[in-house]
Amino acid sequence: MTNVPGAWYLTVAAVIFCIGAVGLLVRRNALVMFMCVELMLNAVNLTFVTFARMLDDIGGQVFVFFTLVVAAAEVVIGLALIVSIFRRRQGATADDISLLRG
Amino acid sequence: MEWAVFVVFAVAAIGGAGGVVLARKPVHAALSLVLTLFSVAVFFVLEGAHFLAAVQVIVYAGAIVILFLFVIMLLGIDQEDVLDEPLRGQRPVAILAGVALFAGLLLVAKILQPTGAPAQRGSLTQGDVPNVERLARSLFTDFLWPFEITSALLVIAVVGAIVLARRGGPGTTLDDEREMDIEPGDPRHVGGGSDEGPEAVLIPGDTPEPPGEQE
Repeated sequence: MTNVPGAWYLTVAAVIFCIGAVGLLVRRNALVMFMCVELMLNAVNLTFVTFARMLDDIGGQVFVFFTLVVAAAEVVIGLALIVSIFRRRQGATADDISLLRG
Repeated sequence: MEWAVFVVFAVAAIGGAGGVVLARKPVHAALSLVLTLFSVAVFFVLEGAHFLAAVQVIVYAGAIVILFLFVIMLLGIDQEDVLDEPLRGQRPVAILAGVALFAGLLLVAKILQPTGAPAQRGSLTQGDVPNVERLARSLFTDFLWPFEITSALLVIAVVGAIVLARRGGPGTTLDDEREMDIEPGDPRHVGGGSDEGPEAVLIPGDTPEPPGEQE
C-alpha cells in the first residue's frame, strides 16, 4: 500500500501523544486541556491504524471506529460539564474548580 | 511521493499539536487542533483506512471542533490564559515528564516488534474488497454487539448533556433563567447591592428566593 514504514507513523503518533500529555499538565484552561485529551486520543487512533496495517488485520480499524464513538460521547459530556462550570463561576482555569479540594 | 506527503503532513500534525499547547487563546488552539486532526486523516488515507479518514474529517474536524468553537464563542471565554504558575516548577517538571514519556515510547517501539497472529479479524489486503466493505463486514459480524451498545452510549451521552447543560438544573423556569441574566450592578437586579459578588447571582441553587420577590 505505502512504502513509508510503520515505525515512522508510530513515531509521529508518539510525538503527538507526548505533546498532548504535556499540554494537559501545563495548560490551565479547561477547554484547552480537553483539546489536549483529543490530541492524545488521535495519536492512539493513529497507532491503532498503523498496527492494523503492520499486522494486516482489520480489527485495529474497527477499534478506531469504536474509539471515535466513545470520544464523541466524551466530548459531548465534557463540554456540557465545562459549560455548566463556566456558567456558575467566572474563572476559566482548572485551579478555580477546587470545591472538592482535590 | 508517499514520503513527501507523509513528511509534509507529519510536520503539519506536530505543528498543529504544538499550536494547541502553545496558543494563548482557546480559539487559536481549536484551529490548530483542526490542522492536526486533518493531518491524521491524511495518514489514515496513506495507510489505506479510507472509511476512517472520512469519519475523522466529518466527526472530528467537523463536529467536535465546531462544538468546541460553539462553547468558546457562546460562553465568551476567549480571554487569554493567565500565565502565572500556582505550583512552582510545574511546567519544567511537566516538560521533563513529557520528554521521558516520549523516550520510553520510542524505546518500546525500538525494542518490540508487533507479532501476534495476523488477520485475526480478516485481512486488510487479500482479495479485491474495498476498505469500507471489509470494515463493515467485521463490524456487523464480529463486533455487532459492541456496535449496538455504542448506540445506547450515544443516547446516554445526549441525555446527559441536556441534563448537565440546562440552566439551574431541574425545576428551573424561564423566569428564573431571565433572572440569572441580570448583572448585580443592574438596577433591575432584585437580589440586592454590591456586597453580593457575581457568584451569588450565578449560582441558582444557593440563594433560593421566594417566587413573589422576583421580577
